[in-house]
Amino acid sequence: MTDIVRPLPRHGGLIRSLVLQGALVLTVGVLAGGAIYNAAQNLAHANIAHGFGFRNNTAGFDISQSLISYSASTSTFGRAFWVGLLNTLLVAGLGIFFATILGFVVGLARLSRNWLVERLATGYVELIRNIPLLLQILFWYNAVLKSLPEMRGSVALPFGGYLNNRGLFLPRPEFGERFDAVIIALIVGVIVAAGLHIRARRVQERTGTQVGTLWPTLGAVIGLPLVTLTIFHFPLSFHNPDLGRFNVRGGLEILPELAALVIALSTYTAAFIAEVVRAGVLSVSPGQVEAAQALGLRSGTTLRLIVVPQAMRVIVPPLTNQYLNLTKNSSLAVAIGYPDLVQVFAGSVLNITGQAVEVIAITMAVYLSISLVTSLLMNLYGRTVAIAER
Amino acid sequence: MVVLSDNPQFFLRRSPAESLPPPKVRSGTIGWLRANLFSSPFNVVLTLICVLLIAWIVPPLLRFFLIDATWTGADRNACLASPGNPAPGACWAFIRVWFSYLTYGFYPLGERWRVDLFFLALAFGLVWLLWLSAPRRGLGAIYFFVVLPILSFILLRGVPSIGVARISTDLWGGILVTVVLATIGIVVSLPVGIFLALGRRSKAPVVKLLSVIFIEFVRGVPLITVLFMASIMLPLFVPEALAPDKFVRAWIGIAMFASAYMAEVVRGGLTAIPRGQYEAASALGLPYWRMMAHVILPQALRVTLPNIVNTFIALFKDTSLVFVVGIFDFLRTVEAARGDPNWASPIVSITGYVFAAMFYFVCCYGMSRYAQRVEVRLARRSGRKGR
Repeated sequence: MTDIVRPLPRHGGLIRSLVLQGALVLTVGVLAGGAIYNAAQNLAHANIAHGFGFRNNTAGFDISQSLISYSASTSTFGRAFWVGLLNTLLVAGLGIFFATILGFVVGLARLSRNWLVERLATGYVELIRNIPLLLQILFWYNAVLKSLPEMRGSVALPFGGYLNNRGLFLPRPEFGERFDAVIIALIVGVIVAAGLHIRARRVQERTGTQVGTLWPTLGAVIGLPLVTLTIFHFPLSFHNPDLGRFNVRGGLEILPELAALVIALSTYTAAFIAEVVRAGVLSVSPGQVEAAQALGLRSGTTLRLIVVPQAMRVIVPPLTNQYLNLTKNSSLAVAIGYPDLVQVFAGSVLNITGQAVEVIAITMAVYLSISLVTSLLMNLYGRTVAIAER
Repeated sequence: MVVLSDNPQFFLRRSPAESLPPPKVRSGTIGWLRANLFSSPFNVVLTLICVLLIAWIVPPLLRFFLIDATWTGADRNACLASPGNPAPGACWAFIRVWFSYLTYGFYPLGERWRVDLFFLALAFGLVWLLWLSAPRRGLGAIYFFVVLPILSFILLRGVPSIGVARISTDLWGGILVTVVLATIGIVVSLPVGIFLALGRRSKAPVVKLLSVIFIEFVRGVPLITVLFMASIMLPLFVPEALAPDKFVRAWIGIAMFASAYMAEVVRGGLTAIPRGQYEAASALGLPYWRMMAHVILPQALRVTLPNIVNTFIALFKDTSLVFVVGIFDFLRTVEAARGDPNWASPIVSITGYVFAAMFYFVCCYGMSRYAQRVEVRLARRSGRKGR
């Protein structure tokens, strides 16, 4: 950032600046003080409690989806907060996962030399980017998912799943007693694979010989858990949903609200990610690729060793920004009644307790801390990338 | 060194070599197809997949939205499956019947000319401001940022003392509300954004701190929470008698949100101005505000015009979020019309959403094309001047 050059020194420039700043502080202070005074008056008038004591009160309302145990009659508002936050994180996580895959595919398709592929990808990006996300969420929820067949006409899916306008019902995995052993095996496998990769790279940097790591990696990450699974006689079974007349019992239920939100968020953000990816790849100068070809690198190796590392430097910061946007946009869940943080907390809890100031402040603080932590991590990333530059 | 043997082997061509086949056609339709669609086996497969995809998607869409569509009718029966029309398409009759509601909301019938006049005045201002070679664009800016807001207020809300009846904002709706919110958003956010951006680059620590806190706070939270804050907390912060109405509260939320984003866009433009410009202005003895107004901002805003338009597109799309605080913007009126018991059916829902999507798409895509053209023009200009 270039500094603004100070205007010509004038008499009393410093004093004037101090006076102006003092006046600004005073104005903001008076406005804030007035707002707080008014709020206190208005709240006292309306007989609304203040403080965060309400978090230990019983919530008394139902939440249609919760990842942790929750019941309307016994759980507290504090518990409801965590349910909402976890639901937000679930949607954000799923959305980020699908948006990244779709976004990279579309972004690379936009760079394709195949005219038809490039046009289709461009059409997708332009169409999606120029329509409000809320409209897309409503479209997926009301026009697509709600017009699926009703319970009686459920579409039977392979492996015992059902699809209808009340949601998607899948077999639920039931983990046996020894299943933790498999997870431990998986973790060990990943660590071993990472070690192999580091060793292979060291060997290559020292001697120039390339050590193949594909098969040992596959063996460690997939083979080890599979062997463990066999040793403990498959402590994993699937519980199929039962289709009743009015209801589906058992199984893993995916609410249409969740599905609509994930579909809309990931297709919408993918269009933006596609542009980020495209800009990132284009930022690598063609001379780099030509130089790699002149050195005799194959096209796959060129991509992996020359293009991707340089493009990632440009891609990662705006990509993270898109992830943040997706997380913030997941608050649109409130429009279709998916119980995310805003719907549970700034909706139900606010309506019941009436403590608008505290509830909105907490909700904003959550999003704000997610944003700040992410930008902190981004700064760290930027620093490591800068150091890696030779 | 090569040692020649006793029997040197050499080759002497006695007849002309066979001519090579002509190079593959590079021009014309076939050449284009070969280069762009069938350059390799992988591309042939991709092309085939794309053609199949298009053949699978486009004809049914055409049939649904044009060929089988219902264009006239008074209620949902016109759009339901009947013996004469076993597979009904989109229900455009629904849009025809509801069109004036989707445009004006419940704005009184006799007063709708005021809305039309407002649309005209707005279009005039937009053309003046966005057409880069229009005459007297400075005057255009004054018209857009000073005259137009006052005129709109008189026209839309009404001032009884000069004989224009007052229309409550509760009656406003549809495209009117979307356009008004977006316009007020830009009219407020651009000046406020400029001040915030200058504040963020200011040397006075208090000014800088306050600007940074505002910008980062608003950008760090979702628009919905800002709207909730504006619509729920704002009435608490002012004396009861002064509490603004629902519409104004939503508008304040949107304006705050847009200002923070605009500030960052303007800041980007400010950093793009070379240091020499600041130094030259200082050397001429211009005080800070004159330097900004006459030297820096005109250049910074010109450079960043495409980004300003992109922010406006985002703002235009974001106005749909006032949905959640109970304002009847365009999307909300579509939602309300779609739910009307005389019409409600899945086909009507799809038609309503597609119509809304078309409206937003035409507006936003048009603006983004404009931004791209300005960008190309700016790049050309700076290239010619060799800046």
